[in-house]
Amino acid sequence: MTTVLFYVFAAIAVGGAFGVVMSRSPVGSLLSMVGTLFSLAATFVLLEAHFLAAIQVIVYAGAIMVLFLFVIMLLNLGHDYQKDLKGGVFALVSFGTAGLMAGFLRYQLRGVGLAEGGAGGAAIDAAMAEHGVVGAIAEPLYTTYVVPFEMTGILLLVAIVGALVLAKKNVA
Amino acid sequence: MITDALVLSAFLFVIGTFGVLVRRNAIIMFLCIELQLNAVNLTFVAFSQLHGIDGQIFVFFVMTVAAAEAAVGLAIIISIFRHYETVNVDNFKLLRW
Repeated sequence: MTTVLFYVFAAIAVGGAFGVVMSRSPVGSLLSMVGTLFSLAATFVLLEAHFLAAIQVIVYAGAIMVLFLFVIMLLNLGHDYQKDLKGGVFALVSFGTAGLMAGFLRYQLRGVGLAEGGAGGAAIDAAMAEHGVVGAIAEPLYTTYVVPFEMTGILLLVAIVGALVLAKKNVA
Repeated sequence: MITDALVLSAFLFVIGTFGVLVRRNAIIMFLCIELQLNAVNLTFVAFSQLHGIDGQIFVFFVMTVAAAEAAVGLAIIISIFRHYETVNVDNFKLLRW
């Protein structure tokens, strides 16, 4: 059952990714991206990352994609239907690069038959049983990884200030 | 299913790379970069099934950095648009030969 669901969501994700690359209007690309993000959230659920699935929907699909949509509307690109795929040699080079990368990843994944529910899966199950779905992530986040966690706070503050300064009308 | 997730993530990463290379609209190139970040997130989540919950925490940090990057990058795109009245990257050739 989970395998079938996984394949369904994987197909939606890959289709959405193609939509992002191929769609003519920026808004179409954006909506395909939202579909991809939702189906990736579903695969996160299947891989026992429930908290991350919620964050994926709320932060990625809800906040970041809306920010993109605001920018598209602000710059009035919503009906920018001209084809902007690069053609000729550049498209060939892109195909070649993507193909090489796919071949490399295929080579790395050759004959990989990873055990289902290995040691990590059991550890995650135990942590979820003890602390709950959110607590399983929160417990190491506030103990082992507390310094990186505080640093992300500083990073977000710097990003807010930087975005304001960059987008301000009259930069001195 | 872990292997399947890795293959899916490889697919998404390659599609994202192709999109960054082949599109001219700066916003869509940016969306394709987000696609690549998501592909890597999927890899982390898949491997956390083998190595414990640390991978999921790393995904949390990647999402934070992606949010910061989206805010700053879109601000840069807005200020470029004010200057050139377009987001087509072919027009930004000040540092190109």
